[in-house]
Amino acid sequence: MSIQKQERRDFIGMAFGAVAAVGGAFALVGMKKSWDPLPSVKAAGFTTVDLSPMQPGEFRQVEWRKKPIFIIKKDENMKANPSRDVVVGNENYIVTIGLCTHLGCIPSWSASDKMFKCACHGGEFNSDGMNVFGPPPRPLDIPPFKIDGTKLVLGEEGPEYKKLVATA
Amino acid sequence: MAHITKATSVRDWFDQRIALTKLWNVLAGQYWIPKNINFLWAMGVILTVLFTLLFISGLLLLMYYKPDANLAFDSVNYTIMKEVEYGWLWRHIHAVAASVIFLIIYIHAFVGIYYGSYKKGREMIWISGMLLFLIFSAEAFSGYMLPWGQMSYWAAQVITQLFGGIPFIGGALVEWIRGDYAVSDPTLTRFFMLHVCLLPIVIIMVIGLHFYTLRVPHVNNLEGEEIDFELEAEKYLKGDTINSKVIPFWPGFLSKDFFYVSLFMIFFFYLVSFHFNFAMDPINFDPANAAKTPTHIYPEWYFLWQYEILRGFFFDIGPLKAADIGALAMAFAGISLLFMPLYDRSDVVAPAHKRKGFFVWFWLLIIDLIILTVYGKLPPTGFNAWIGFFSSVGFLVLLLVVLPIITIKERKANR
Repeated sequence: MSIQKQERRDFIGMAFGAVAAVGGAFALVGMKKSWDPLPSVKAAGFTTVDLSPMQPGEFRQVEWRKKPIFIIKKDENMKANPSRDVVVGNENYIVTIGLCTHLGCIPSWSASDKMFKCACHGGEFNSDGMNVFGPPPRPLDIPPFKIDGTKLVLGEEGPEYKKLVATA
Repeated sequence: MAHITKATSVRDWFDQRIALTKLWNVLAGQYWIPKNINFLWAMGVILTVLFTLLFISGLLLLMYYKPDANLAFDSVNYTIMKEVEYGWLWRHIHAVAASVIFLIIYIHAFVGIYYGSYKKGREMIWISGMLLFLIFSAEAFSGYMLPWGQMSYWAAQVITQLFGGIPFIGGALVEWIRGDYAVSDPTLTRFFMLHVCLLPIVIIMVIGLHFYTLRVPHVNNLEGEEIDFELEAEKYLKGDTINSKVIPFWPGFLSKDFFYVSLFMIFFFYLVSFHFNFAMDPINFDPANAAKTPTHIYPEWYFLWQYEILRGFFFDIGPLKAADIGALAMAFAGISLLFMPLYDRSDVVAPAHKRKGFFVWFWLLIIDLIILTVYGKLPPTGFNAWIGFFSSVGFLVLLLVVLPIITIKERKANR
């Protein structure tokens, strides 16, 4: 082919480039989706906890989406905190994801001084889950929940959750 | 096609078809190495040997390892360690080599810094080497989590959580990397894929690139002397081997390397046989437990300096959160040495002891890295936290401020 026909080869090159780019983009989407959590993993994303047997002042740890969830039923010594408390019936509860907001270790509940303490990097949270010391950048996260009678359904965003998150 | 004649020997048969002699000369027989280098230049060959050991011992472990969250721990700690004949040996070779390879990588890299082998024509050698260091870090981390012990589980939890610090997409990104809401079976299987397949392939390719980058500028030497390799090679080929400043890679240089490799292997198998425990964290002999964090989490020794930079920033500065500064500083520390050719503004290629300011800087950097490593293992409370903070800041200042200043001064003084 003569050198004058260069634009023909340029066209073939560009056409191939366009096909490869479209194919590559689809391939990337497919690869991204293969790494997404499986449907079975997503379906297991709900946990129901019955709060009625809990005693005032009691701390309880449950599991939701393989993460620890801290639940405390407040007693009369613990001040109500409208921006953090989950109200079920007439009782106030603290419900948080039990993972330090720094790097995701599990802080342990110290009942004597009513604090959550993370051994990894020394982060501390008070009983409301507010970060009071160390590297954690924000309070413990509140998991999405729905209130169903005396039961707490974790994994679904109920109206109480939306209200709480809006004020927090 | 080439004109093929009846072969006069086996070698000639191959020479006619795949130019074996030519290839050998390009790779070894006429690949020229300066005479004035010492044992510190043997680290590259030691690293190649260690990588080969890791590859072979890894293949043998792979035959019995089960990438399943319920089976992984026992497949390593029972099947491989107790049932498979010599399974313990492959595991200890693999674990000790994984640890020691970082020691040699650090020596290899700091020899490069000391002798200025990262600049003036040798930038690609340095960049491809630092790329190898980064991929090796990913390889080490993905392999560390496979035995599914407590420490490896929580290391995976914390390292994947680091991506949560990225604005807006952080949370979703962490779930995507893990394939679940927490580190669990899908995370294990994908890290298994990365560790035994994708990353080794990439490593082998980058090792090939790293070797190739040596071909044009050649290795540096003890004096930083600029050698005319073509001229010296001509001298050597004419028979004037005494006055020539170079020797061929094979047999000249490699025979010396084999000597150092042998010495190193004695040390290596001494570790494998008698001190394999240093590469095994006791906490990792507890099976992974997603409901309980070990009281004190720390990485393997070779990541301690980066880990200490991560947690060195323990208080907020203005609008910046401590955790974000730490994560940014660590991310930077991880890739920081890649940019050595940019920080060094002088084009003097000479060993550090002939560059006064640089010499002081070099040893300050080493001391700082040792302090970071030591304090990375200690609990980050009280006084320790402040040492961590100042040595983290020190690392960044040494690289980003001090090095450019002293090298610009050096350049001006040389004019």
